[in-house]
Amino acid sequence: MKVIKIDKKDWAKGIKALHKAYGLIGPVKEKEYFTFQVLSGGTIPDLEFRNTRLSPKAVVFPQSEDMFEYSLDDSREDHHLLKEVEKDYSPRVVFGIRPCDAKALELVKMNFDTDEYKDPYWLNLYEATTFVGMACDSPCSTCFCTTAGTGPYHEEGLDVLMADNGDSYLAKLLTDKGEKLATSAGWADSAGKSDVLAAKKTAAEAKIVSTVSTEALSGKDALELYNADFWEDVSFACINCGTCTYVCPTCWCFDIQDEVHGKSGKRMRTWDSCMFPIFTVHTTGHNPRATKLQRVRQRFMHKLKYFVDKYDKGIMCVGCGRCVRQCPVNIDIRRVCETMNSFGSDNTCAVQSS
Amino acid sequence: MSGYTDKIREISQRLLKDCSVEMIIGFRKGTQPMMNEPFVVRSAEDVDQLIWDSNCGINLTNYLTNRTEKIGIIAKGCDSRNIVTHILENKIKRDQLVIIGVPCRGMIDRRRIAMLAEGEVLAVTETDDAIVVKTGTGENEYKKSDVLQQNCKVCVHRNPVIHDELVAEPVEEQQDIDRYADVRDIEARKPEEKWAFFDELLAPCIRCYACKNACPLCYCPTCFVDEAKPQWLGKSQDPMDIRTFHFLRAYHCAGRCTDCGACERACPVGINMRLLTKKLEKDCLDQYGWEAGMSLDSRPALDIYRPDDPEAFIK
Ligand code: SF4
Ligand code: SF4
Ligand code: SF4
Ligand code: SF4
Repeated sequence: MKVIKIDKKDWAKGIKALHKAYGLIGPVKEKEYFTFQVLSGGTIPDLEFRNTRLSPKAVVFPQSEDMFEYSLDDSREDHHLLKEVEKDYSPRVVFGIRPCDAKALELVKMNFDTDEYKDPYWLNLYEATTFVGMACDSPCSTCFCTTAGTGPYHEEGLDVLMADNGDSYLAKLLTDKGEKLATSAGWADSAGKSDVLAAKKTAAEAKIVSTVSTEALSGKDALELYNADFWEDVSFACINCGTCTYVCPTCWCFDIQDEVHGKSGKRMRTWDSCMFPIFTVHTTGHNPRATKLQRVRQRFMHKLKYFVDKYDKGIMCVGCGRCVRQCPVNIDIRRVCETMNSFGSDNTCAVQSS
Repeated sequence: MSGYTDKIREISQRLLKDCSVEMIIGFRKGTQPMMNEPFVVRSAEDVDQLIWDSNCGINLTNYLTNRTEKIGIIAKGCDSRNIVTHILENKIKRDQLVIIGVPCRGMIDRRRIAMLAEGEVLAVTETDDAIVVKTGTGENEYKKSDVLQQNCKVCVHRNPVIHDELVAEPVEEQQDIDRYADVRDIEARKPEEKWAFFDELLAPCIRCYACKNACPLCYCPTCFVDEAKPQWLGKSQDPMDIRTFHFLRAYHCAGRCTDCGACERACPVGINMRLLTKKLEKDCLDQYGWEAGMSLDSRPALDIYRPDDPEAFIK
């Protein structure tokens, strides 16, 4: 795999060149927070951030997105017909995506891209995008990526992995999309044979101080976990806001809504959250998760048990720590994971010893 | 505030042991600097997890709504006023509660400290009037009064207005406080400037509803934002829907809000939506001489009619 070196002096020039062939998205500092935004002509992505407050999932999964439009005006020939909204799926590149967030895209893809169903909105945006990652040399105290199936130099989900190396960036071109991007930007200097990246990776991994244990989750009985006593305490403080799921790069739930203004309407989808009281409420009025306890349990069971059992790809959490930092009442997924992982009798052991 | 924690544990243990209450609602130490977790203790053995410091900004009254048990609840000044409001609004009964009052010295503004600190905040400790912040690069000390939450800076009711136990002697109330300078500043602007101001204020909102859910006043079984028949509010990021949510919610709090600051504290994107409720709070005070939650013996401003009520707003 090719590793190139981008002199920081050539960085802006390359970005300018890319503006011609790609739409550019990258982290921008707004007031005190970094967010991923479309970079208008000439703007250079600011790579001096630790992590963004919101994950970049909106790049492929916008918080609200129009799908169809229609007219209720009977005098029009096309009244009451759903028409697709025009979309822009021209090539785009996201800079500065963190390896954990890139891995999250791969997890989310399992939901939007299956043999049976292909979600055109998510997939079209995903395929139009080149993902350029930025390795983390100074992770936060809340990052637990290395025990959540990823890491500060993890490559899954990325087309290019960049790392800061003093006067230059090292960029590992991981896919054809990545190679193409480097060519368009005019970045071609080979970094030669060097193990700098490997050494930086080891150093960065050593800086991750927070961990979770997940090894016993798949062996637990789902119903026993579901019926466990601890949910009462785990959920007590929760105020059922959407913060944890909205900031999470792996949460994929959405709602579909029709909105009509006068005689014209649109059908759109918006993020949803299992923490909200009306999530999956039935038209009969029946609410399968009418209480806070049920909703909190759903979030953690989905991430740490149902997903684990269904896909056998680890937990549905990449350890970015956003929910830990931003939950207004400090409900900490690491604490909950520990409670679940160490709950009751361990069934795997029973099976193994029999 | 040293000593508060010990006293809270002592009282809680006594109340649980002699079965005066079934549970104590308080705080336990959080996993993050400047964060504590609302926490329920059901047995005397667990009272050692209860703590008190300058990071107990969440309003615990929120956890009382419609509960049926006998409850001991830790209450600082603003919480106690919301407890009064809860009792007046039939959300809990007075005789269900043992109120453990905390004379409050203010909560610290975790966002401001994160902004002041260089690098990530790793640990925060405190003495009576100093806050020590440890980051990757070193340690910094701040005067507590400089890093208080905005609402605590202008608070004039730090002592619980209602209590059965008190963890310490009452503190001196802040004097000569200009509580509404920020509201007057907005009132003085031209309409288009106000429009632009609120536009910018609410632009980052992601509609997570942490603000309303952290609020003890927002207890409707189905909030208007969730109503589907009819649907009052669209669910997208349309700025009009976002504004409608905020303005309507603020009006639902008129004459009830105690400016506890729980909403602002909870917001993950740092929006000061308190400005909206504060305007209504100020109007209630100016026009009706009303402050929410001060006594169980008076009905809220919007709950009663008096012949001498001002009517200047009727045009
Ligand atoms: S866990 Fe925290 S962030 Fe998530 S819904 Fe509950 S209070 Fe909100
Ligand atoms: S659950 Fe929390 S830590 Fe895990 S990926 Fe989501 S936001 Fe990050
Ligand atoms: S069910 Fe909840 S935890 Fe699972 S993806 Fe949906 S919002 Fe996230
Ligand atoms: S807490 Fe903040 S982001 Fe969430 S709905 Fe309220 S103002 Fe918006």
